Amino acid sequence: MTTATLEPAAEGVPAAIPFDSRADGQRLMRDWYTALAEAPARGQHVANVFVMGNAVEILRTFDFQLVFPEINSLQTGVRKASEEYLRLSEDYGMSPDVCSYVKADVGLILKEHQHPAGRIPKAHLAIASNMCSTFIKWAEIWERLLKTPTFVLDLPGQRAGNWQVRPGDAQHAADARWVEAQMRDLIERCETITGKRFDMDRLAEVEERVNRMVFHWNSVMALNRACPAPYNAMLDGLTYIGIMNVYRGTAEGVEFMRALEEQLKAKVARGEGRVAEERFRLLFSGTPCYVSMRRLVELFETWGGVFAYSDYLTFAAGGMDAGELVYDTSRPLESLAEVTALAAQRGLSNQFFAHERLEQQIRDYGVDGIVFHGIKSCRFVSSGMADTRDYLNKRLKVPSLYIESDLIDPRYWSDAQIKNRVDAFFESLHQRGGGAPLAKAAAAATGGAA
Amino acid sequence: MNTPVSRQDETDLDGLLEHCNALRLAPAPDADLLPEGFTGMLGHFPVYFPEEIAHAAGLLPVAVLGGGNRLELKHADARMGSFVCSICRSTTELGLNGSLAGLAGFVTHPICDAAKHLAGIWARNLPEQLSEILYLPQNVNTPSVVRYITAEYQRLRGDLERRTGRPIGDDALRRSIGIYNENRRLLRDLYALRRDEPWKLSCTESYLLTRARTRMPCEEHNALLEGALDAIRRRSLRAKDKPRVVFVGGFCEQPPVEMLEVIDDNCYVTDDDLLVGLRWLTTDVPEAGDPIWALAESFVERSAASPVQHDERKPKEAWLMRMITESRADGAILTAAKFCEPGLDEQVAWSKHLDGARVPYLVLEFEEKMTSFEQMAMQVETFAESLLFALA
Ligand code: SF4
Ligand code: SF4
Repeated sequence: MTTATLEPAAEGVPAAIPFDSRADGQRLMRDWYTALAEAPARGQHVANVFVMGNAVEILRTFDFQLVFPEINSLQTGVRKASEEYLRLSEDYGMSPDVCSYVKADVGLILKEHQHPAGRIPKAHLAIASNMCSTFIKWAEIWERLLKTPTFVLDLPGQRAGNWQVRPGDAQHAADARWVEAQMRDLIERCETITGKRFDMDRLAEVEERVNRMVFHWNSVMALNRACPAPYNAMLDGLTYIGIMNVYRGTAEGVEFMRALEEQLKAKVARGEGRVAEERFRLLFSGTPCYVSMRRLVELFETWGGVFAYSDYLTFAAGGMDAGELVYDTSRPLESLAEVTALAAQRGLSNQFFAHERLEQQIRDYGVDGIVFHGIKSCRFVSSGMADTRDYLNKRLKVPSLYIESDLIDPRYWSDAQIKNRVDAFFESLHQRGGGAPLAKAAAAATGGAA
Repeated sequence: MNTPVSRQDETDLDGLLEHCNALRLAPAPDADLLPEGFTGMLGHFPVYFPEEIAHAAGLLPVAVLGGGNRLELKHADARMGSFVCSICRSTTELGLNGSLAGLAGFVTHPICDAAKHLAGIWARNLPEQLSEILYLPQNVNTPSVVRYITAEYQRLRGDLERRTGRPIGDDALRRSIGIYNENRRLLRDLYALRRDEPWKLSCTESYLLTRARTRMPCEEHNALLEGALDAIRRRSLRAKDKPRVVFVGGFCEQPPVEMLEVIDDNCYVTDDDLLVGLRWLTTDVPEAGDPIWALAESFVERSAASPVQHDERKPKEAWLMRMITESRADGAILTAAKFCEPGLDEQVAWSKHLDGARVPYLVLEFEEKMTSFEQMAMQVETFAESLLFALA
């Protein structure tokens, strides 16, 4: 990961550029939904993919229009329409105890693919990975209800604590061989479905663009190590990862990330933070509550608390957050398999050993406290959370807060209860003598740890 | 053919079942009283684990099947969300309260996200144990999957060799495969008996007999099963007027024995997916050639199905229909453990399919920690009556 982005402000701070990450991000998402609705008229093939462990590079090579069902589901929450979809699926028979993204999607199928953002086309192919096991059960629902051909991309994950895999070592080679075999299988299926021949040069082009996107993305994440943090990882960051996913491997995606990095660099250079007076730097662990995310962030920001980092930024953006996760475009397919196998272990399945990454991030981002957001909808992030919290509390003595709600189910948001807990958390942070923004800013300016 | 079972044999069978039930209640065998030939124990979580590799390493494979309905959670409540299934929570409790301290290691699998998290919980709390996820593939349809599984099994073999300090030879593996092949044959006989003469062996009894393998060496279990099968075949019980049903949803978290008894009281369970991991390989594993390859290939080519294994060749509804048809069942009991995402999702799919196929079914949700069964008994009784009525 580059540290160049952390350099102190240069003389002659650049002027703000006319790039608005929020507005531009929203425009791109709107364009994507428009493209989805128009895909059938264009005769374009459509593929459903998940954000973790997909094979978007291959699908782009075949010109698939990509549908991200997780994003469709979360968008029902953002647009305050999720409850209708959830209720429809529960009436159909889905248990209240399963992932609410899945339920919202079943609701979408029952509503004949009518989404608040437009009509979602039926997929010709679905790729599910084993990174979250629910992906597989979800894809099986499409297999049954929509007869969607499904390919499960099996990515061997992190096997144990302290798992050290280096590119090229025997373990990595064995895992990458398996991933490559599956990608070759997938390519054959794509050829059958689309009637097109696979084009290795196009794959290299897509990879080249992913490399550039990931380079900027890593800088964007690293920029939030600055104090004050230029953006909120759980608000602005959610827009960024939306683009990372939906526009991965596209020219628009590269340009967005480049402009974003430039803008944030300028912000850091100006010493401008997300909140007017940053008092507490926080790490958010877990998945968002999309129905109430603005409200949740507001509860923290009124105390001067900013989410400098979130593990969601890593796994929900595909896990490519290490400098060595770069495609070698001279051997596109082999490299895709190698990087995918590595990212699966370093950025995705390490969620099951979350304490290791969090320990590192706590140091990297100089955080004063961790906020764990547990939700029954997402056992991928939540099942080990309380134990991770206990472990980190004992080892690192970092204050933490545990709150519970849901990804998109408004019935699980309890405003007064969460506000009470947030307020109590900040009071205890204050009592610990935290919240000394000027000292931190001074330390950051001189390159010291905050 | 069979001479009728004597009173003594019946008492022996009762005693055997009592013994099996007592084994069920112990979280793990006593580490100080290991059977001859074993230097330690390796715990493994459902669903499937290639026990032969541990067995050949001289590590007694011990299936960790949760805490049943007598375990009080003192530590796990604070370490696992209330929305996680009971088997994961009670397994965590058993890890934290020292009940599994005698294990040399604990292996879990990518069956669901809660199960994968157990490896992290072990890494944080029991770092002295070898703990890992055996990454069994969720894609068994891409050619070369056997090669991948072979590599994963070899990795496990290496880990166990380092842990025990002794190599696991191919001959030892072949010997273990032979012992387990015998066990597979006996378990198939047990299930065939239930299919053909379900009045001779209840689902609960069959479950207890099968589960005994999780607490003893496989060779000992073979002897136990042989004796039990012999006695069961000679039982002179008569068929009662009960409907025949298939029971599914018990592939991971264990339904309480009382729940199975309630079902036995009203139905003949002619097939089930209880402890399906112990019966995952459906025919003999080749005893010649590379034993690790043979195990890996069997996982792909000679295996059962469950809601936690994706396989394009085995849609789960078709698997259920096959169970129903082959065991000549009149209906099905579709269960799911509370908070079990894969089980709950599957339950919906199964019930929709049975609606279409016009097969009667009953939906039940259970938890291993359940202690009250009155309401369930009423539901099962009503279901059984409706089946009998329809059959009349
Ligand atoms: S369980 Fe979590 S990671 Fe998996 S699909 Fe649901 S929200 Fe996504
Ligand atoms: S009972 Fe279900 S959720 Fe729980 S560990 Fe087993 S498969 Fe996973």
